[in-house]
Amino acid sequence: MKADPKRVLTGAHYLDGDHAAAEGALAAGCTFVAGYPITPSTEVVERMAERFPRVGGVFIQMEDELGSMAAVVGAAWGGSKAMTVTSGPGFSLMMENIGLACMMEAPCVVVNVQRGGPSTGLPTLPGQADMMQAKWGSHGDYELIALSPNSPQECFWATIKAFNLSERFRVPVLVMMDECVGHMTEKVVIPEADQIELYPRRYTKLSPEEYLPFKTGKDLVPEMIKAGDGYKIHVTGLTHDERGYPVMTWEAQEKLVRRLIEKIRLFKDELVDVEEEQTDNADVVVVSYGISSRVSIPAIQKARKEGIKVGYLRLIIAWPFPEKKIYELAQKIKGFVVVEMNYGQMVLEVERATKGKTKTILVPHGGGWVHEPEDIYKAIKEAAK
Amino acid sequence: MMTEIRISGYGGQGIIRCGYIIGKATSLYDNKYATLTQSFGPEARGSACSAQVLVSEDKILYPYVTLPHILVAMSQEAYTKFSPNLDLNGILIIDDDLVTLQEARGNIKTYAIPSTRLAEEMGAKIVANIVMLGFFTAITGVITPEAAKKAVSDSVPQRLVDLNLRAFEKGFKFGQEVKEVSKVEKV
Amino acid sequence: MSEVQLKKKKEELEEEHPMEHLLRMERMPHIWCPTCGIGTAVTAFLMALEKSQIPLKDTAIVSGIGCTGRVAGYVKLDSFHSTHGRAIPFATGLKLANPKLKVVVFSGDGDIIGIGGNHFLHAARRNMDLTVVCVNNFIYAMTGGQCAATTPITANTSTSPYGNFEQPFNLPYLAASCGAVYVARWTALDVRRLAKSLTEALQKKGFSFVEIICPCSTLYARRNRLGTGLDLMKFYHDNSVIKHGADLSELDIGFQSKIVVGKFIDRERPTFIEGVNQGLRGVLKEKFVEYGGPIDDD
Repeated sequence: MKADPKRVLTGAHYLDGDHAAAEGALAAGCTFVAGYPITPSTEVVERMAERFPRVGGVFIQMEDELGSMAAVVGAAWGGSKAMTVTSGPGFSLMMENIGLACMMEAPCVVVNVQRGGPSTGLPTLPGQADMMQAKWGSHGDYELIALSPNSPQECFWATIKAFNLSERFRVPVLVMMDECVGHMTEKVVIPEADQIELYPRRYTKLSPEEYLPFKTGKDLVPEMIKAGDGYKIHVTGLTHDERGYPVMTWEAQEKLVRRLIEKIRLFKDELVDVEEEQTDNADVVVVSYGISSRVSIPAIQKARKEGIKVGYLRLIIAWPFPEKKIYELAQKIKGFVVVEMNYGQMVLEVERATKGKTKTILVPHGGGWVHEPEDIYKAIKEAAK
Repeated sequence: MMTEIRISGYGGQGIIRCGYIIGKATSLYDNKYATLTQSFGPEARGSACSAQVLVSEDKILYPYVTLPHILVAMSQEAYTKFSPNLDLNGILIIDDDLVTLQEARGNIKTYAIPSTRLAEEMGAKIVANIVMLGFFTAITGVITPEAAKKAVSDSVPQRLVDLNLRAFEKGFKFGQEVKEVSKVEKV
Repeated sequence: MSEVQLKKKKEELEEEHPMEHLLRMERMPHIWCPTCGIGTAVTAFLMALEKSQIPLKDTAIVSGIGCTGRVAGYVKLDSFHSTHGRAIPFATGLKLANPKLKVVVFSGDGDIIGIGGNHFLHAARRNMDLTVVCVNNFIYAMTGGQCAATTPITANTSTSPYGNFEQPFNLPYLAASCGAVYVARWTALDVRRLAKSLTEALQKKGFSFVEIICPCSTLYARRNRLGTGLDLMKFYHDNSVIKHGADLSELDIGFQSKIVVGKFIDRERPTFIEGVNQGLRGVLKEKFVEYGGPIDDD
């Protein structure tokens, strides 16, 4: 289905990443946002608060992020395309109910504009240190999807994609921005609504008598209803069977949790989304995401000028991690350089995916400001040896 | 060609807005690329703040200013903090009521306008940043005045468009005169 | 037993429970202990649900975690068993996404007032259109009898083995001071009055709140040597005082003290949705686009 023209701000705009993400959400058909103000993500909810009353939709400023995330899961089951927006400390508070969204298979989107941490850290300055939390932050075993845009234009598209993937897979999808991208302003072109493809909610066509809320077909994703459709379903955070009823056995756990994991893992190849440049004959491949990918460019250009064959690989979808892609490259190159604004998170995935076929050098940064391209250049030289 | 610009002052002067309009004029109306980044402290008012704009004919990959060619300083603190990092062949633009110049460096060309006072004369101190924008446009030629005016018009509330355009003209005219004088001086 | 007696017994056993059509009978037996008051509270709620004549299709129930948190799992409505303390915000999202729904939050004191207290305050303040039913058994029962924000002073729990010395909440006072438009309290003994109150609460627009004082025989009664659930019911009979419109500040419950019950607040105030829509329409005029609920994608 196509986007609704009334919700799409078609035209060329000069927007920061936060505002662009808000416009992406609107174009994607988002009708519900619950959030709590937190720098540097607040601009997203501010824009939603301004835009919703003019296009139809509800923004509610909740009392905290626990409530925001819980409300989003409730709204998803009420039939809304729902989103919440936060940063570090708020992201931590959302973890329990992100798990609830996974367990209840509630399609929803969480935008995290990352800042420096831990704790209150650097409220107005960037970080990329929530990447592992995004994957592992809620307790228990689950899979979800996380994107990482590197420009305001991409924030627009990434948010639309996040909504589409959340509907397709019925998982929370995280948009892992960073303060730099969130507060960077560039031209954002928003196309006509008919150029924006949306993935509709997978509502069932079965009757209430036939329908089981957690029974699935081949793709392991159940069909949905919304509260008020007359199906009288039960949905719980407890381990449950196809009826949605709690079952406290290892067999039920095995069946349910394995499915929740596999509904993503089976489609891992489909979920690879990377930007690649000159990786074909590369000796060194720089792996990065978000703002760090743009900071890597001068270093890559400098190294290329000196004759080093450097490839560039940017994670647009960070989770699930494109391990096959990394392994393929690992067999051909001298080394990876991983540039990220933390002391080693996605680099662990790169190392794992190489299976020892090549070396991996991390260029860490604690956050608060971006890398010096010179540090990245040195790592490229080292990797090329 | 990449032009690196830093607009600086203190919170509440409309520094970021000024940078925003330069970026908008460039990327929406002059058909070039512009990336705006900003830095500010937690205080909403009074602390040093700056907007960085990169202007280029080509897509901008690395988004940050490293050695600005143009520095606009609208407070002493901003001048002290940022002027040592200005390109030695660069352009320095100041509000000379608010900034006392220290020793000149290299071939830096300095242009001054009492933007805040001119805005006050218009009865609206709040448009000092737009007076400065007009001046900047005339002096540097980085953006065309047509693009600048379009960007001003769609960046301020409807009821303030006229006031802001007048502020722009005031600064722009002042800039043209200053430029004439400096040409004459050179001759 | 004679054949006639056997037949009679069989008929009795097969007789439909009057609430069967509102319960997920396939999930019976429930997990609650013998003489627990939650079952009575649910019965009163189902009586109210019928009486209120709200279409069942448009009614949803949300629980949090705990003994009462299991209620959503047994009631045959669209039912959601959310996380600990988050039933109210979950219900808030559900209601705002689909405003035609009547959304009921049914959970315990630990869930709604303990871990979820902040949401309770704000939902009442906003006058979110929810009916909140709080079963108060003075203790964290599911986890084995720990001290709660409602445990009376001196009462023994597993985490206050020498007695509790913290002041508990006075729930009606709290709800009313935050802005609830309907506030009542009954014990599990007052089934009919409770059902009437719940009917009123369900029919009320805005944030309605009913506290149900409930026996927990396994933990609260046992640890405090109060006998069985039946003994607690007897205690309620002898010690609860009906006082409609009572001074809310005098509704504290002490250890084995008198329990004032009744309807305390019944007033009108714009709901969250009404207030916001009216406000936005006033400001934005014809530019305001009211959100009316989800549109099916197909």
